Amino acid sequence: MPKALKIIPEKCTGCMQCELACSWVQTGTFRPSRSVIRVNVFDEQASYAPYTCFQCEEAWCMTACPVNAIAINADTGAKVVLEKICVGCSLCVIACPFGTVFWNPDTHKAFKCNLCDGDPACAKACPTGAIEFAEVTTADWVGPWAEKLNAGYLEALQGGGL
Amino acid sequence: MYGWTGTILRVDLTRGKITKEPLSQDWARDYIGGRGLGAKYLYEEMDPTVDPLGPDNKLIFATGPLTGTNASCGARYMVVTKGALTNAITTSNSGGHWGPELKFAGYDMVIIEGRAKRPCYLWIYDDHVEIRPADQLWGKTVWETEDLIREEMGIPDAIVACIGPAGEKLVKFACIMNDKHRAAGRSGVGAVMGSKNLKAIAVRGTKGVQIADPNAFMKAMWASKAKLQASPVTGKGLGTYGTAVLVNVINEHGAWPTNNHQLTQLQGAENVSGETLTETRLVANKACFACTIACGRVSQLPEEAAGKFMVTTHPRNWRIAAEGPEFETIWGLGAACGVNDLDAIIKANFLCNDLGMDPISMGATLAAAMELYEKDYVRQDQTEMPLNFGSGEALVAMVEKTAYREGFGQELAEGSKRLCEKFGAPQFSMSVKGQEFPAYDSRAIQGMGLGYATSNRGACHLKSYTVATEILGHPQKMDPKTIEGKAEVTKIMQDATAFVDATGLCLFLTFGNELEEMLHQLSAATGIPYTMESILKVGERIWNLERIWNHKAGFTGKDDTLPKRILHEGIPSGPTKGQVNRLPEMLPEYYQLRGWTPDGQPTKQKLSELGLL
Repeated sequence: MPKALKIIPEKCTGCMQCELACSWVQTGTFRPSRSVIRVNVFDEQASYAPYTCFQCEEAWCMTACPVNAIAINADTGAKVVLEKICVGCSLCVIACPFGTVFWNPDTHKAFKCNLCDGDPACAKACPTGAIEFAEVTTADWVGPWAEKLNAGYLEALQGGGL
Repeated sequence: MYGWTGTILRVDLTRGKITKEPLSQDWARDYIGGRGLGAKYLYEEMDPTVDPLGPDNKLIFATGPLTGTNASCGARYMVVTKGALTNAITTSNSGGHWGPELKFAGYDMVIIEGRAKRPCYLWIYDDHVEIRPADQLWGKTVWETEDLIREEMGIPDAIVACIGPAGEKLVKFACIMNDKHRAAGRSGVGAVMGSKNLKAIAVRGTKGVQIADPNAFMKAMWASKAKLQASPVTGKGLGTYGTAVLVNVINEHGAWPTNNHQLTQLQGAENVSGETLTETRLVANKACFACTIACGRVSQLPEEAAGKFMVTTHPRNWRIAAEGPEFETIWGLGAACGVNDLDAIIKANFLCNDLGMDPISMGATLAAAMELYEKDYVRQDQTEMPLNFGSGEALVAMVEKTAYREGFGQELAEGSKRLCEKFGAPQFSMSVKGQEFPAYDSRAIQGMGLGYATSNRGACHLKSYTVATEILGHPQKMDPKTIEGKAEVTKIMQDATAFVDATGLCLFLTFGNELEEMLHQLSAATGIPYTMESILKVGERIWNLERIWNHKAGFTGKDDTLPKRILHEGIPSGPTKGQVNRLPEMLPEYYQLRGWTPDGQPTKQKLSELGLL
């Protein structure tokens, strides 16, 4: 089974080491604005959630691309942007339901997580183990997590807490 | 330049003029950044005798070359200015995300000059910098201000440093807050910002920080992180219990000033300890930018506790999760005032953050007021409520009143020195150079007394933390009761700390790293081959520069002193009973080690050796 990035939001402290590591891989500088993993901070709930491309099976970004500039890497299973082919139309950015494909204002091309060719820098940089590079399919961890969040949301709704 | 961005931003609020200047490369090499570079610019550009709340005072926000890199704890920026509380030079440090964001926008420093006619805020988006009106933000709390600016600009990723109502009202110990919970806390830097009619500096940066020697940097960075992970303090203690892990340690030692330094142990300290906080109120750890320690606490009041001390500002009950309280806060708002109700402390802390006030000086000033009250120097018709030690109700109420300068808060807002002088009992102010003591009684920890007395910004635990060696035994144990070697260790720590404060790294690194790890990262990032000798020289240079700045502002060696209570009144009870601080015995040795005259004046020879002539 190919490995994927498994994210455990409960372990995240919001330190942004993953963004720093990712931006270093992308640009050779420390530049979080060019990172393809982003940490979302929910202040009042004291919750920090890194998110990046799930390498999802349906891959709407690939379907949307009019020039077939997104391909699957045979070794890692990652969906990667072929920069030479990409025309920078941003359709993949719009198509991605998770907001994990980006458009680079410097190169005018799309960019996204390519699992660092099988050795993701973000997972290595995470000091708390909130990002693991593990043999899981996307649904393995996203599903239960979403269910848990949903349950909490419904409970709060019923309790009038929201 | 590598490490540094090489550009500083100068904003003249009087004329509404914004200029971008190249950073002086020589100064950057000799003072590194943050505290050092900020102090150098202040020294070169400003008359130290100006009114701290007048338009001639300058307010400098300075990052270091490692701010914004992935060096662990590379999150810090320094606010350097003439302190409203002290009239001395101050260097207030803050973490969070603001410093790195300023670097990403392309600036090492922002120098604020003059005074705006109307409330305004500074908006920085990479190269675009503008002064915008802030009438709609004036009077808003820190949380409100941050959210309103992001909304107004439509940039949810903008990072905001701002003042709350306390800064606007020129409360002498107002903070500059960033990321809602992080503070450049001490000496009244927020009042200086308020006096300039500057509500906030909001930044969004999308550029990158460059590194001179990536291979060497990554090697040094991983070495630093590995050591942090392996250290019992930075790898475990701070992460598990936060800074509040110290509550039990310092209290049991008999060094936790209680009831305005009348006692040194708090009854019921276990109610407010780091362990209790973690077990009962903690909801998450939160890290500053690039921090692998994550000592930050996020706590939340349960329903019943949130309803206990209602306040008049929004939110009235503070049911939402917010950061803190930290060790110093638990002391200032707790032990100093004899309060052992954790929920009162948590609520007062949330208020201090949201209204923008330093909880150390706030608590210590209230403690002085409580002593004035209990000893009949002030009456209840003046204070409008009983100000007894241990009253959580008085604590929460007075914090809110102080921020808005309402009622007796008007007096508290001036700090303990002015308060106690006004009511005829100056001896009750537990302060040095007008700044209140933090959470360690220097009668029980000799080295801290020397550090407090000689600190350039008034009493401060962050300039030479000898508690590390005297109590915690790091790097080796010294006896807190004796004075042998304390002058030397104080000097070394002052210089080393000044260096760390200049790099953009967090002081807490020193619990898990040696200076060597920082040195390697700094050299690799900047491409300048610093050595152990040269960085300690940088530290000593910064210390002496701050010192001569203060002398020009009117301070002398006579100000290197401690209150009568600390020098002459022995601790009345507990394991440290009978002890006083022996400052007069340590000071001459300290001056000598510093190469200063017997009355504390840096000599020409010393200054020329440091390149300060």
